[in-house]
Amino acid sequence: MNTYQALKTALLGLRANAARSILTILGIVIGIAAIIVVVAIGDSAQSMILGQIGGLGSKTIIIEPGREPQGPSDMTAILSDSLKERDIIALKNKANVPGLKDLTPNVIVPGSVSYQSQTYRAITFGSSAFLSKVLNIQPAEGVFFGDEEIKQHARVAIIGSKVREKLFGLSTAVGENIKIKDKNFRVIGVLPPKGQVSIINVDDVVVIPYTTAQKDLMGINHYNSIMVEANNVEDLARTANDIKLTLRESHGITDPAKDDFHVMTQSDIANSAKTITNLLTWLLISVAAISLVVGGIGIMNIMFVSVTERTREIGLRKALGATDNNILTQFLLEAVLLTAAGGIIGIMLGAGISYIATLILSQVVSMNWTFTFPLSAALIGIGVSTLVGLVFGLYPAYKAAHKNPIEALRYE
Amino acid sequence: MKPEQANQLKTLPPIISVKNLEKVFEDGETKTAALCDITFDIPRGQFVAVMGPSGSGKSTILHIIGLLDKQTGGSYLFDGKKVSDYSDEEIAHIRNEKLGFIFQSFNLLSRTTVLENVKLPLLYSGIKESLWDQMALKAIEQVGLSQRINYMTSKLSGGERQRVAIARALINNPQVIFADEPTGNLDSKSGQVIMEILQKLNAEKKHTIILITHETYTSELAERIIYIRDGKIESDKLIRARREANNFVK
Repeated sequence: MNTYQALKTALLGLRANAARSILTILGIVIGIAAIIVVVAIGDSAQSMILGQIGGLGSKTIIIEPGREPQGPSDMTAILSDSLKERDIIALKNKANVPGLKDLTPNVIVPGSVSYQSQTYRAITFGSSAFLSKVLNIQPAEGVFFGDEEIKQHARVAIIGSKVREKLFGLSTAVGENIKIKDKNFRVIGVLPPKGQVSIINVDDVVVIPYTTAQKDLMGINHYNSIMVEANNVEDLARTANDIKLTLRESHGITDPAKDDFHVMTQSDIANSAKTITNLLTWLLISVAAISLVVGGIGIMNIMFVSVTERTREIGLRKALGATDNNILTQFLLEAVLLTAAGGIIGIMLGAGISYIATLILSQVVSMNWTFTFPLSAALIGIGVSTLVGLVFGLYPAYKAAHKNPIEALRYE
Repeated sequence: MKPEQANQLKTLPPIISVKNLEKVFEDGETKTAALCDITFDIPRGQFVAVMGPSGSGKSTILHIIGLLDKQTGGSYLFDGKKVSDYSDEEIAHIRNEKLGFIFQSFNLLSRTTVLENVKLPLLYSGIKESLWDQMALKAIEQVGLSQRINYMTSKLSGGERQRVAIARALINNPQVIFADEPTGNLDSKSGQVIMEILQKLNAEKKHTIILITHETYTSELAERIIYIRDGKIESDKLIRARREANNFVK
């Protein structure tokens, strides 16, 4: 019996119970589809997040107040006010952090911006020209403000392309006054469309001098974060460490466990994002894998029923010259064909669902979330479903192969 | 058959030779002797009826000499060779190439055509698939079902089904055909047709035929009757007045 004949025999066996065969593989279909969806969405989420983090530039270090977040709901960082002007002065001292090239404090200003009757929920924050260097973006129209404007608490603003579109439509923006927290700001620059970079959607931002944001708008003494650029990538870790030591000294902290700030490098952010998305993906995969095991047990169950039902057929085949191996192959192939077919259907279903999910996500969340077909997951899916067939089909097939032909022929 | 061919057959060893054959079934503590001290030779080309009441052990004999089961004592030479020396796989090949089986309940695959059923043994034969149809058509022709090759077996009458089973048994041109109560599920007219075919195969193609039956009138269509009772041979004799199936009247 060659492979083709064996396949044909197994297919005939399955076709005889077409409806049952289809129901049997549902478990496998669902399991594989679930894995494909999880991996596809996990992959695109990860590549989106990593792409955004990558936009920051590899020499960037971010300092945030509060200890390192212990989980997604840890709000201490946002509520803490530990980063102040003295820290900026300490950090800028070359003796403290020799690897530091430049830095900017950032201040977040909640609320909307408006121009005449138009209002837009932009992301307003105070920063410096350094931000445009970190984000690698120059105004398409006008200019960025410089140190002078920061020193003078100038009421000037750089706006993102979407903010410009929402507030001004087709008319000129540069030179006009927009209102932030009831105070007038003159637009001096418009950024080109760039989309998401790190945690910021550049198109949605309004950037004003951090001094104006901190003192005039918010009336606070602290900063929401400090962005640092190191001299070079090689010294990044050392520079990050110097920053920690400097801030501890400045805050009078001796025990590192009591840090009221945390320092993240580009790779720290990427790694923690990767760790979290990987963990989530694996968690969901293991849930989906349970469905595969359940599906496999279903296959095994049906194969047992099938072997019992076809006891006479097995006896007959043996009487006609089938060896134990012939029978084993036939039943094992039936199981493997079932699960492999389930796997292929599952992959198609999973790919379809993730494609639709991606479309919905990119529409609803308006993120540049792209669909990537997880080829590796698809190949693993076919492999795993075949394996499930082999594992759960083996015992029923073994039972079939070792049936005594006389008993089998007598069976009614 | 030409005379020299007949002589050649006689000089060959008997196709089946059993000596002091024993079969004991063990079910836990209890042992049941199904066969005891069975000895006979079956020369090539003979039409033998193994007869006996139900429970006599005649089916057990068929299973052992048909290589579906193993004896627990005594020796069995098939085609001059000790069967106990063969591996399970070799025995499967012998069943495939040298033996043909016909069962009381036909044992055809349902939802399958006549042609596919007849071809089934070839699946395990190693014969090229391109030859299968030709071989199957020839076997079907021998049982007179050429006009039914693409029928589903479920659409056939009992007699026709048994003829499909005979064609299936014939396809490998076996040395021995085992027929286990082949007419048991048929009306007498259909049974007569089956017996006619078997007699013809024996007479014209010189197939050795071993017929298991409990009916005296069926057994008398053979040339020799081995009568089994309680697992022992009660009598073993050639029939002088052998009947032709086409003159068969119940």
